[in-house]
Amino acid sequence: MPKIQDILKLANDGLPEHEREYFCDARPAPYRPLAKYVEKFMNWARANSLWLLGFGTGCGAIELRPLMTARYDMYRYGIAPRPTPRQSSVFIIGGYASVKTTKRIIRSYEQMQAPKFVIALGSCPINGGMYWDSYNTINRIDHYIPVDIYIAGCMPRPESLIAGFEKLKQLIKDGKADGANQYIENLEWYKANQKKIIKDWNMPDYNW
Amino acid sequence: MFAPDRSKYPEMRDGKPVIELDSQKYLKIWQGPQHPGVTGNMSLELTLCGDEVVDCKTHVGYLHRGFEKLMERRKFIQCFPIVCRICVPEPDTNEYLYAAVVEELAGIEIPEQAQWLRMLNLEMSRLTSFLMWIGGQAGAFGLGPIGQWSVTHRDYMLDLFEELSGGRIYHMYMIPGGVRNKLPDGFAQRLEDTLQKVEKLLGEIEKVMFNNVVLKMRAVGLGLITTDMIDRFGIVGPNARAAGIARDVRKDNPYLHYDQLDFEIVTETAADAYARARVRFREMFQSIDLIRQIMKNIPDDDHYHTQLPNVLHWKIPAGETYQRAESTRGEYGYYLVTDGSGYPRRIYVRGPSYTHAVALLEHMAVNTNIADMAGLMVSLHTYPPEIER
Amino acid sequence: MNNLIQRLQNRFPISAVHQQRPDLAFCCVDTKQAVALITHLRDYEKFSHLVFLTAVDYIEQGFFQLTYLLHNYTRHCDLGLRVRLDREQATMESIHHLWEQAATYQRELKEMFGIDFPGSPRVDESFILEGWDNIPPMRRDFDTKKYSEETYFPRPGRQTNDPENYMKAKLYPEGDA
Repeated sequence: MPKIQDILKLANDGLPEHEREYFCDARPAPYRPLAKYVEKFMNWARANSLWLLGFGTGCGAIELRPLMTARYDMYRYGIAPRPTPRQSSVFIIGGYASVKTTKRIIRSYEQMQAPKFVIALGSCPINGGMYWDSYNTINRIDHYIPVDIYIAGCMPRPESLIAGFEKLKQLIKDGKADGANQYIENLEWYKANQKKIIKDWNMPDYNW
Repeated sequence: MFAPDRSKYPEMRDGKPVIELDSQKYLKIWQGPQHPGVTGNMSLELTLCGDEVVDCKTHVGYLHRGFEKLMERRKFIQCFPIVCRICVPEPDTNEYLYAAVVEELAGIEIPEQAQWLRMLNLEMSRLTSFLMWIGGQAGAFGLGPIGQWSVTHRDYMLDLFEELSGGRIYHMYMIPGGVRNKLPDGFAQRLEDTLQKVEKLLGEIEKVMFNNVVLKMRAVGLGLITTDMIDRFGIVGPNARAAGIARDVRKDNPYLHYDQLDFEIVTETAADAYARARVRFREMFQSIDLIRQIMKNIPDDDHYHTQLPNVLHWKIPAGETYQRAESTRGEYGYYLVTDGSGYPRRIYVRGPSYTHAVALLEHMAVNTNIADMAGLMVSLHTYPPEIER
Repeated sequence: MNNLIQRLQNRFPISAVHQQRPDLAFCCVDTKQAVALITHLRDYEKFSHLVFLTAVDYIEQGFFQLTYLLHNYTRHCDLGLRVRLDREQATMESIHHLWEQAATYQRELKEMFGIDFPGSPRVDESFILEGWDNIPPMRRDFDTKKYSEETYFPRPGRQTNDPENYMKAKLYPEGDA
């Protein structure tokens, strides 16, 4: 395991001692599951209260709003939108991501606490969609952050979204939704991809 | 509206406050791309002195896909599926304008039924866009349930769109040459049922929202637009109509068959956020009335699309033109330049939010309370996707 | 509209007048007289609304064409002014003192085409793109497909067919047009 200082520039380099503890100084640790039945219980609890980050990153946000109304009603599944990444466990990448938005996506994703899941909505995060030759949108979101579920469509109906959530719940209950661990284990690769497209990196290397 | 004690605030010079950032009196806050109540991603870099905003810079570009460059690489018939995605909550104005501008340069006439169906589509899309907006406006002032009600009723309208064109949000219904489909059987009855549901909802919204004392205290006097600002900033649409200027593209430069319909331009005089909300609310009733008038006039035949030449080898003679339409935000326009080849030379999309969200908002944010910034932004009805396309 | 064009032709050197519709006309004007003509139109002829300001790249002939579109609310007509700028040194006088909204259009043109408007407020700040280090993207010598394939990792297995050749091969497989 390479040392963290080789892959990331630490945000607390050169700071006085009393300020160093505000920034990350260790490699992020992967989430280790607990004992078998305790972990099953925890997975069941996580699957039934998926809180989304309320950040509509692109076109997909237009189909997130009807989900909150009484017609499709995602609240009965335990899914609620939260304003801050610290309180949410699911990040929905709604549609295409421009380079400016990708920087914010990475920042918000790293601030979320493990275990965390990503749903990619629409065909743009899969292979670029209809903006495949655009100079400002990325083609594959899974080179920058790990994705657990893809939902195809342009835009997918709210029912497809709910079906995607059901699939995600099944994955969580089986213990297979480990996008967060993949991110930490392949941190060098993800960071190299991210730094290739984001040319003005003016935020900490790992937004802890 | 609260009246601040101006003795403690920065002095004003030329309508802008004098700010010294080192004096420890100011706080810079980034009201970022994630907003309560705003559709789209746009951020405001605010400088606050206490509770009051003294400076605002708008940052756009989170939704930039480079449409104009993409359209230069696609043939004319390949452009129309991507054109509707320029404005996400209200895509039909884009489809109509692209079709209109291509038809004008190519010299294609569209049949009568297609013109009426296009008008029906445009008015329905105005209604759905207003329903989405009113949820955002009420939510920005704290009245959450109105968003839940209006987005649900918007869903009933989207069901009608789905019957007509196959897609809920992006219809791709108005193509150069006409429309893709005629009305299915029973559509008129379902449309009338939905319109009655929406009218009932609007009656309830009037009681809950416009008679609400909290909304009146917060919205009256917020974001005043004076008449000298109208042409300086290019203010169009309901923002200008709430200041008493009666300008509506459907009346001034009528397109399709709007000159055969009977409606009045809706104006108010107070020019604040409450008046703008009233103008848009009354325009919702106007749209419902127009839809009913249009349904009476649609001819019933099978002629809804003219035969186009082979679209893959379609070359349009060189020229340039500009077409405009009235969207919910104001004057929307498309400028097309062709050079005789199979690809467009340049398409420029003129969105009304371009001037409202950048120059006008930066001007109007000065001296506003930070808690009212979301309400001000939504009362100008800006949709960021059309700013940076 | 015709009277207006004649009045303008008496005072300013405009050329290549093209009446596209009864209420829309385009004309070409020289770079040095453009701002004077725009001011005259705004103050005397009641063209008080600046609809847009954009540019078209004619790379084969080596110039940019700036288009100003002005609208008259009393007579409900539009006049488009075409100004040619040299592609190598693309600068133009700013009109932000006439309309405050023009500053936004000028910022976008500086970023997307590289046309400079000295004196326009905040014209050097990036408006839409962040961290862009290539040539201004709306110029026609910028190849967006190549840039996208090199920078953003495309997913393999995507097949794109140019529709003209694809349909031709499908309908006439023997190769006869």
